[in-house]
Amino acid sequence: MASTLTDSHAHVSAHVPAHVPGDPQHHRSLQHHFETLEQQKDASTLGMWLFLVTEIMFFGGLFTTYVVYRSKWPLAFMEASHSLSWKLGAFNTAVLIVSSLTMALAIWAAQVNRRKMQVGFLMLTMVLGLTFLGVKAVEYQDKFEHHHVPGPHFEWHEPLPEGVTSNQVEVFFSIYFIMTGLHAVHMICGIAVLGVLAFYAWKGRYDSTYYNPLECTGLYWHFVDIVWIFLFPLLYLLGAHVH
Amino acid sequence: MEQELPLFPESASTLAPQVDALFLAWSAISIAFTILIAVLIVYFMVRYRRQSVDEVGQAERAPAWLEVAWSIIPLIISLAMFAWGAQVFFEIYRAPKNAVEYWAVGKQWMWKFQHPDGHREINTLHIPVGVPVRLHIQSEDVIHSVFVPAFRIKQDAVPGRETSAWFQATKPGVYHLFCAEYCGGEHSKMTGSIVAMEPEDYQVWLAGGPVGKSMTASGADLFESLACYTCHRPAEETVAAGLAARAPRLEGLYGSEVRLVDGRSVTADEEYLRESILNPAEKIVSGWQPIMPTYQGQVTEEQLSQLLAYIRSLSATTGAPAAPAPTPPISPISPTPSAPRDPAVPARTEGQ
Amino acid sequence: MNTSIVDTLIPPPDEMVDRPNYLNSEFGLKSWLLTRDHKRIGILYLISVSMFFALGSFFALLIRLELLTPEGDLMQPDTYNRVFTMHGVVMVFFFLIPAIPSVLGNFLVPLMIGAKDLAFPKLNLASWYVYNLGGLFTLWAIVNGGLDTGWTFYTPFSTQFSNSYVISTALGIFITGFSSIFTGLNFIVTIHRMRAPGMSWFRLPLFIWAHYATSLIIVLGTPVVAITILMVAAERLLHLGIFDPKLGGDPILFQHLFWFYSHPAVYIMILPAMGIISELIAAFARKRIFGYRFVAFASIAIAVLGFLVWGHHMFVSGQSLYAATVFSVLSMLVAIPSAVKVFNWTATLYEGSISYETPMLYALGFIGLFTLGGLTGTMIATLGIDVHLHDTYFIVAHFHYIMVGGTIMAYLGGLHYWWPKITGRMYPVFLSKLSALLVFVGFNLTFFPQFVLGYLGMPRRYWAYPPEFQVLNVLSTAGASILGVGYLLPMFYFAWSIRYGKRASENPWGAVGLEWDTSSPPPTENFHVIPVVTRDPYDYTSEEVHRRTTEEAPVG
Repeated sequence: MASTLTDSHAHVSAHVPAHVPGDPQHHRSLQHHFETLEQQKDASTLGMWLFLVTEIMFFGGLFTTYVVYRSKWPLAFMEASHSLSWKLGAFNTAVLIVSSLTMALAIWAAQVNRRKMQVGFLMLTMVLGLTFLGVKAVEYQDKFEHHHVPGPHFEWHEPLPEGVTSNQVEVFFSIYFIMTGLHAVHMICGIAVLGVLAFYAWKGRYDSTYYNPLECTGLYWHFVDIVWIFLFPLLYLLGAHVH
Repeated sequence: MEQELPLFPESASTLAPQVDALFLAWSAISIAFTILIAVLIVYFMVRYRRQSVDEVGQAERAPAWLEVAWSIIPLIISLAMFAWGAQVFFEIYRAPKNAVEYWAVGKQWMWKFQHPDGHREINTLHIPVGVPVRLHIQSEDVIHSVFVPAFRIKQDAVPGRETSAWFQATKPGVYHLFCAEYCGGEHSKMTGSIVAMEPEDYQVWLAGGPVGKSMTASGADLFESLACYTCHRPAEETVAAGLAARAPRLEGLYGSEVRLVDGRSVTADEEYLRESILNPAEKIVSGWQPIMPTYQGQVTEEQLSQLLAYIRSLSATTGAPAAPAPTPPISPISPTPSAPRDPAVPARTEGQ
Repeated sequence: MNTSIVDTLIPPPDEMVDRPNYLNSEFGLKSWLLTRDHKRIGILYLISVSMFFALGSFFALLIRLELLTPEGDLMQPDTYNRVFTMHGVVMVFFFLIPAIPSVLGNFLVPLMIGAKDLAFPKLNLASWYVYNLGGLFTLWAIVNGGLDTGWTFYTPFSTQFSNSYVISTALGIFITGFSSIFTGLNFIVTIHRMRAPGMSWFRLPLFIWAHYATSLIIVLGTPVVAITILMVAAERLLHLGIFDPKLGGDPILFQHLFWFYSHPAVYIMILPAMGIISELIAAFARKRIFGYRFVAFASIAIAVLGFLVWGHHMFVSGQSLYAATVFSVLSMLVAIPSAVKVFNWTATLYEGSISYETPMLYALGFIGLFTLGGLTGTMIATLGIDVHLHDTYFIVAHFHYIMVGGTIMAYLGGLHYWWPKITGRMYPVFLSKLSALLVFVGFNLTFFPQFVLGYLGMPRRYWAYPPEFQVLNVLSTAGASILGVGYLLPMFYFAWSIRYGKRASENPWGAVGLEWDTSSPPPTENFHVIPVVTRDPYDYTSEEVHRRTTEEAPVG
């Protein structure tokens, strides 16, 4: 009965290619519902970009909140920002930028079919990501010790300029913890995915004919990096010129 | 009352006929369009019903002018209605200059009202007919909303800021007051009445009302107890005391233009005064040091209204400063001459 | 020759096994729970979504019973607050938003564009699991005592004052948001990259255009409400001060962020419904949709404009008068593409060949109800009127005309229309027409009185009300009971038809569209041969219909 559909509304093209080894239409990584590897790649890349769009909107809500309160209480934000260590923040920024480089190198290693180098760069990227998280943990611990974590135990003992209340400083820290916390969650997810990729790379799944998962993960990793590049000045460098 | 089937709400304010006209016009347009579509559908269904199993519709002839026409016509109608609606809206939210000021504070789950002369009521507000009434609205906890269907007005009470609404009742009666913004547990019991009375009756009612300090008088007391007057005091008095002035004077401030240190200038409206009390460092007046402490958390919403009422009263008499006050004023100028008060009459409790 | 869903759980006797299709390709629970077939996932969604619809309807029933009398005498006010909140939460987040895209969209998007599946089948399955996980969080909250903030979660009530399960419900909604995102992302990529040869953008059925527009909204809007809801949960849990005025926060900021998503979410609910109506009208008038391109672009226009109008929910919140004015005029503009659609559908009937099959009855009902719902929408977008109508039953009536009169009518119409394709069985004709009639009558009786109540000034979310509103409320409750019967009937006869319904042919309606070119139910990869499209959509000719209706006589 399938033949009936060919009549007028649609007619059939001869889609019965013979199986040719090495043919990109029959690559071992080609999923059944795609016609070609290229279509599959296009689809997953577009999917990843769309996912990043949702991520931008997600962080966009936070940045909006940040902008609203910063313009409401610039002084309080400046005071609170001074309690963050810009040195640790700058160090972490550098770590992430280097990790973006190693991520790009891992993709390059796949493109030139160098398996061990691929695994090495992926591991290096993971190590850098973990370094970032480690530094972040140190910073968080410092905040806990100083009771700078918003909530019932929040305390603020530094002198505040006239008109600035500790409530306003607390709002800064609320936003700080939500933003950096969600960023860290994204880092953790990224590191987990990198681990899976490193495993498959070691198994030899990715080569110059097929490395799209690396590329998509790379997009994600760079995105997370860029979010941090926005967070760093917005949170750490407020009014640094004053002191 | 029980078996009545009302189809149209009572109309008892100057705004109501305007809103009704707009509503009825829109209803007529809506009904006309709905009937047009319904009649066309029924007609086409009958006229073009399928006659045989393999019959198909006529080939499409969709002239572009038709698409343009039925995009443009609704556009024109809706923009016209928008303009009309915006005009009514501005009318609803722009209180006339001579409006008498009342206060409403919402809290879970009651409305507290205060008359210009200090009368307080819970869940019921008596107002005179034919007098524009401006209601300053605040909330102590969550968001509430003042809604008087017969007056066609509604305004949210938002914690942390003051909003206002105004109306002028046109006929005496008792009208529903609802809280329209869901506020938890007893939201549906946060109702009450607006009692509109002929002005003479209102005066009689007031005369029998409880003694209470007016908003302005309470504000003046606060002005003293919070020690505001130690900085904000008339210049001549400061000089007399041999002191350097430490803060801008407040007489004539309300409604005037204020120049700030950063070069901007703002109008000293309620929002500005409110912010200056709660967050003094936010807008520093040109020529003064930022030495004022914040009063965030130290004054309640109600007290804030009283302070604002007092500061407003200092500008009520044109040009002339308020009674010079070696001690803070005890007989502040009432913001509205039409609202007499009589502290001699014994108290009467008003409630639900 | 075909098999039903029930049959597939148990292998049918040999004589019933026929042409392989997606239902009989594999058997057993595992084959369903681990499936990556978009059609099976559509059916999984149908089951989940129907359960939430039943739950939401149960809450609706309780609301209408309470409002029979002016005194709140059936339940405590606190209980009532929880009931209407959970009605809203369940219906909005777990039924209206996913219903059409995740059930019919999942099933039909690949079929209509000539693809073997959605671009990311695993993601699609994950979306169903994520949906159910979010549902479990919400159910947990409901079982433990529910939520009483209203589905809008307004701060500071939700963050500081409510004593109910705000955090778990918020997490449930947050998680379910991801299932929407997965579906929307999948649709966009599929429509961009997986179209059959010859399927150009202007040969896409309008159902696809509508789903494309919907997916854009999902992808852009859902993350914003996700972060907003997360901030509410965090504020409540950790006592942050983002939205709490006592700690310096701004409750109005919450409303901006919330409505930035939740207004477009309304279009997530109605756009796919409009897509269905375009298909139904074309199929049962046997005519190309009048002004195809206008209808297609109207969907995109609604999606874009939908992001610019959120402030019309806040006309009385104390936002600046000028902001309100801008939001009002933009809201008026949304009316134009909606009106264009209504006019084009009506004009499609002109010189059509109209048959009164059940799906068509739903479609015609939809046009009428949507017209009234849309026009009342422009009324409340008019500033001067909204001050009076905001938060009254007029609003309730308006959005039920769009959500129930629009979305659910279209959903039911679509289910009837594609039921033969989904299950290979026909539904009982008489009962289905009866239920369509009951739904139409019951709906109007339920919600029209609420327009009057609203203008009279009855506020929404009231558990007790002044006695003069009683007559109208009784009418509304009476209508709701008719509506309830109208919804129960299809549940029963659809279930019945899975086993006992007449077997359906490949194309019982003589409709044009790729989904009607494959067998009923379709094979696992949808088409035996990938189709090549050479003609415009809805291209009806007598010969074509003759061939389709005669060649494919139903097999009993």
